[in-house]
Amino acid sequence: MIIKTIKNIPGSEITDPLVFQQRRTLIKAMAAMMLTGTSIRTGRADSSKPIWSAVPKSRLSAHELEVTPADATENYNNYYEFAFNKEDPSSLAQSLRIDPWSVEIGGEVEKPGTYQLEDILSQHPLQEYIYRFRCVEAWSMVVPWVGFSLGDLLKTAKPLSSAKFVKLTSVHQPDSMPKQRNNAMLDWPYVEGLRIDEAMHPLTILAAGMYGNILPKQNGAPLRLVVPWKYGFKSIKAVVKIELLKRPPISSWNKFAPNEYGFYANVNPDVPHPRWSQNSERLLGSGFFTPRRQTELFNGYGEQVAHLYRDMDLRHFF
Amino acid sequence: MIMQINNLRSLTIAVCFIPLLWVVFDIAFDNLGSNQMQALHIRLGDWALRFLWITLAITPVQTVTKWRGMTEYRQLFGLYTFFYASLHVLVYLAVDQVFAWRIIGIDILESSYIWFGLLAYIIVFSLGITSSKASKKLLGKSWKKLHRFIYIAAGAAMIHYFWQLKGNLAEPLFYLLLIFMLLGFRAVIWFKNKQLSQMMIPKGRASTDTESD
Repeated sequence: MIIKTIKNIPGSEITDPLVFQQRRTLIKAMAAMMLTGTSIRTGRADSSKPIWSAVPKSRLSAHELEVTPADATENYNNYYEFAFNKEDPSSLAQSLRIDPWSVEIGGEVEKPGTYQLEDILSQHPLQEYIYRFRCVEAWSMVVPWVGFSLGDLLKTAKPLSSAKFVKLTSVHQPDSMPKQRNNAMLDWPYVEGLRIDEAMHPLTILAAGMYGNILPKQNGAPLRLVVPWKYGFKSIKAVVKIELLKRPPISSWNKFAPNEYGFYANVNPDVPHPRWSQNSERLLGSGFFTPRRQTELFNGYGEQVAHLYRDMDLRHFF
Repeated sequence: MIMQINNLRSLTIAVCFIPLLWVVFDIAFDNLGSNQMQALHIRLGDWALRFLWITLAITPVQTVTKWRGMTEYRQLFGLYTFFYASLHVLVYLAVDQVFAWRIIGIDILESSYIWFGLLAYIIVFSLGITSSKASKKLLGKSWKKLHRFIYIAAGAAMIHYFWQLKGNLAEPLFYLLLIFMLLGFRAVIWFKNKQLSQMMIPKGRASTDTESD
């Protein structure tokens, strides 16, 4: 397969004013990073100076939600490439090399290619999306992501009508990822998938930051998927490859335990995991003697996404 | 000698409270991490399990060392198992679910890992309330039968532990290995005893047979 490196998008499309504004923010952000001595390489920007605090809020963002403290989000990570607990990835992930970074887009598209991360970020206006994040392990948080629509990125590669599914693949970097090195548990690299209509849905984003800053490595830097109405394991981290396919890909957890983790993995309080209830969730940051939160169908995004699953038996397609 | 043993007993009673103090300390200093509720469940559950293993280990240790003074320690550790398991259950009901009975009901009905925890707790509770010398006398032979259920409690607690994990099974497998070793030890002793008694019985029969012939 010939992979063409696309550095410039043809100027035939009129630039959205938002994109233009975004470019400036990005340039400012990069300048700020140089000044404060932080870089994508070290993974974490100076938290006192959020570089993307000025990005516009998406209309899909739930501004009214109380955001989970960043400290909780940054130190409680399911990142099985590094560790099977949730405490160690925050330190172990710092060895991940994320600069330079490129994303390969291929499969059923007119214009397959490998895109540099800087180019992707400068061509897609970043926005803040405050989303609920519900883990399959019955805990949840509210995260202010900084990202852009996955659908917009896919459109630049011009999907063919034969593209019915999207497969996303995480980085394979065994020298910095202990569980990949030991071939432990899952088949590496991590793979996730979406139906094309799910991937094109405006709620589905690729995030490069959170809390106004560059994404910490343990949270999926430099680029991760966020699908707010699905369980967290669908929101694949450190994405290096996006393929548009005719057939559904087999996702990592689905392959590991097909009866426990389905392809859809939509948040649904009425469909329990075979070993535990999904009816309620512990919101991180909520104190003792605070009851659990009642889990909502599609994690509360039913109004926007329920139509995607009309006439589908959600118990069967869990 | 008696003084020493009593001192050792008091010391043991005090030391067994350290895990609780440690948890209280970590709560006070906000040391339980991002998901403090889950951390609290795991801490108390882990200690209930650890005391259960210690309780189970007493009899094999007694057999090997032939030190007979350990029976009361078995009771003591058993009661600490009961204590930490009760805290674990109480924290779930009061601190986590805040007695929201409808949600608790759904949670228990839909979570098979809780069924095993509940079974283990019912057994530990029953053994805890019948642990006194008075109930031992009162229940007679059935006391021993009842208290053998501790092995079922251990197995159920193990399943309860690893059934709620998404993936990592290393630690529960270590505990599972422990319980198999303890059960294996009991099986070996039982088998040896049986062999011994079988060696005795045929001899007796043989002698009576020859007498009748």
